[in-house]
Amino acid sequence: MTPAAAASVSGASIVARGWGWRHAGRRGWAVDGLDLRITPGERVLLLGASGAGKSTLLHALAGVLGGDEEGEQRGQLLVNGAEPTAARGQAGLLLQDPDSQVILARVGDDVAFGCENLGVPREEIWRRVNDALDMVGLDLPLQHPTSELSGGQKQRLALAGVLAMRPGLLLLDEPTANLDPEGVLDVRDSVARVLEHSAATFIVIEHRVAVWQSLVNRVIVLDAAGGVLADGHPDDVLTRQGERLAAAGVWVPGYGHGPVSPRRGTCSESAPGAAPLLRTPGLAIARPRADVVARDIDLRVHAGTALALTGPNGAGKSTLALTLAGLLKPAGGAVLASPEFADGADAEPIRWKSRQLVTRIGTVFQDPEHQFVAATVRAELAVGPRALKRPEAAINARVDEVLQRLRLDHLAEANPYTLSGGEKRRLSVGTVLATRPPLLVLDEPTFGQDLRTWRETVALLDELLRDGSAVVAVSHDTDFVAALFDREYRLTGQAGPSITRAAVSR
Amino acid sequence: MLTPTRGTQAIFRINPVAKLAAALLLAGVLILTIDWVSAAVALACEFVLFFWAGLSLKAFALRTLPVWIAAPTAGVTTLLYGQAAGQVYWAFGLVNVTEGSLELAIATTLRILAIGLPSVVLFVTVDPTDLADGLAQVVKLPARFVLGGLAGLRLVGLFLEDWRALELARRARGIADRGALRRLLSQAFALLVLSIRRGSKLATAMEARGFGAPGRRTWARPSTFRGREFALIGIGLAVALLSVGVSVATGSWNFVLT
Repeated sequence: MTPAAAASVSGASIVARGWGWRHAGRRGWAVDGLDLRITPGERVLLLGASGAGKSTLLHALAGVLGGDEEGEQRGQLLVNGAEPTAARGQAGLLLQDPDSQVILARVGDDVAFGCENLGVPREEIWRRVNDALDMVGLDLPLQHPTSELSGGQKQRLALAGVLAMRPGLLLLDEPTANLDPEGVLDVRDSVARVLEHSAATFIVIEHRVAVWQSLVNRVIVLDAAGGVLADGHPDDVLTRQGERLAAAGVWVPGYGHGPVSPRRGTCSESAPGAAPLLRTPGLAIARPRADVVARDIDLRVHAGTALALTGPNGAGKSTLALTLAGLLKPAGGAVLASPEFADGADAEPIRWKSRQLVTRIGTVFQDPEHQFVAATVRAELAVGPRALKRPEAAINARVDEVLQRLRLDHLAEANPYTLSGGEKRRLSVGTVLATRPPLLVLDEPTFGQDLRTWRETVALLDELLRDGSAVVAVSHDTDFVAALFDREYRLTGQAGPSITRAAVSR
Repeated sequence: MLTPTRGTQAIFRINPVAKLAAALLLAGVLILTIDWVSAAVALACEFVLFFWAGLSLKAFALRTLPVWIAAPTAGVTTLLYGQAAGQVYWAFGLVNVTEGSLELAIATTLRILAIGLPSVVLFVTVDPTDLADGLAQVVKLPARFVLGGLAGLRLVGLFLEDWRALELARRARGIADRGALRRLLSQAFALLVLSIRRGSKLATAMEARGFGAPGRRTWARPSTFRGREFALIGIGLAVALLSVGVSVATGSWNFVLT
């Protein structure tokens, strides 16, 4: 959008009077008793603990909460003095998951989609499409396939699609939670450029305050118990409420994401004579039926130590983790287990039976839902021990132990799919712990988590490391790597030798 | 298999609706009869026309491979178990190869090729987005239905990734050694749950961009139906008529309902 055209859009005003929303089939209100007034052109960072109803409010403002069958409303929520559903298109909403926001197969068509729905004339649509792509800095041909975009590019594409609709209200719902650090900055810079030229009212939800702090002039904190907890200038709110916000799971700069506990002692790598659990002479990795993404990887995984796999998107971090975990076949070289670790099984984990794998290597997938196979939390935790044909009494004892340790005992009979994000993550780690494997492999264990869940994850892994388990994790999260890991292996993204291997400085 | 072939030849610019119409027309006429003459004539014409299909020989072979496998398979089945008539060449149990079943087998094989090959060849050059544009703007199907289908098609790739992840996860959970059928069912169910989630997320994203808003929708890409579209349908009609004509003239026309 050209600066002139953007400025011609006036910002929307928002008024909430005792507004509340309850999702169909739930007992509690997602948002309740909300009184709020936002004037045109204000830039707001919306904070609050998980479950405070931030997303619900944004969806409501965008008019996509759905009708009576989706839930129940009370009080009043008005955008420019009217119900949000009455004027779709005046609010543009950018969501968290990059994959689920790409609608069409070609870049230009995807940006045009919103304009088409609003009935914008054809010539005007393409003018807007080009302007919007310029604005977000996505310098790609209109015919470029959307399936070939990175996560950050997909988010900028979705932002362009929203901007092309010329909304008076721009809503961002954790737009960078699923991106690598580079993608986060790209998206942030795009939004900054947009705001420079736009009079639109702007609201963003984000756990990581530092990213957006400089772009907003107001912070509103929702109270999980209903209503507003704090409201004011960013500096005021963040200083006065810093501690309280951190306790509620918000990432406030300077609060609570340092090391959770004192550093562990020397790692056993330096202990003479201790053979590594795994070593990977000349390893090359590839997804099934795909090209090699990295080669000449020489790693050693030692008991009681944590190894972080880092690098840009597409460098093969997850592929390497799954290969180390005995789930993907090496494309060259080998993954070799020490005789003690293999404990009678083959030297190569990829040749192990599924049942041999669970007592040796536990893998926690990026999406916990991928690994759930049972109808209750209790049954889920029993899957591994049962596959090993342990006696029923032993299974129950072990499941109870894990339930308690992960504070999931009150959810023992719940369906795994109905848990919150943090609970799902704990359960996915628990399913692995149930069979006591000496090596844990985790793929992005802190993706999209609020501070509280993050601290829980760090504390749990720290405990396991102290007990002598080895941990290998893929992560973009520099705080996480600094808090927990002994070594970092960085994949460079070129299919040549991967270079860096450094001790993490704390 | 899902990605369309791209190129610059005339065939790539023809409205997919015309390709759909031509393929349906040819198929519609060819299933009216079960003789080998009409199918052979159609197939001969098609092989000449394939030179303009915009496919290299390798791409042609690769994309039409399923048809080349299906056709003789159906033929052999007909040969062995088809309606017996005339001289018996070989009989063994239920197998009964006769003059009649041999003729029927040849006719079946040729017919599947004559219908299958042009359908595949016309459709590998169709871009789903263009087809959706055509169905909505030329055929006037409801936009909601057409665009919903188009957006859903994009999820297929994600389903394949989900399926692979589910497979690995089951090995990691210790339950991949046995009970293959049960595991397959539970995995299929898990995929269903995941796909419903992905679907509803996509629906929200579409609504957030004004999909389903009241008022008339415009189309960023015009879908036109002009001379070359009618020409393609004309060619399809000509092939159909020629094959029927030769078949009737040689007295081999065999109407399927008699």
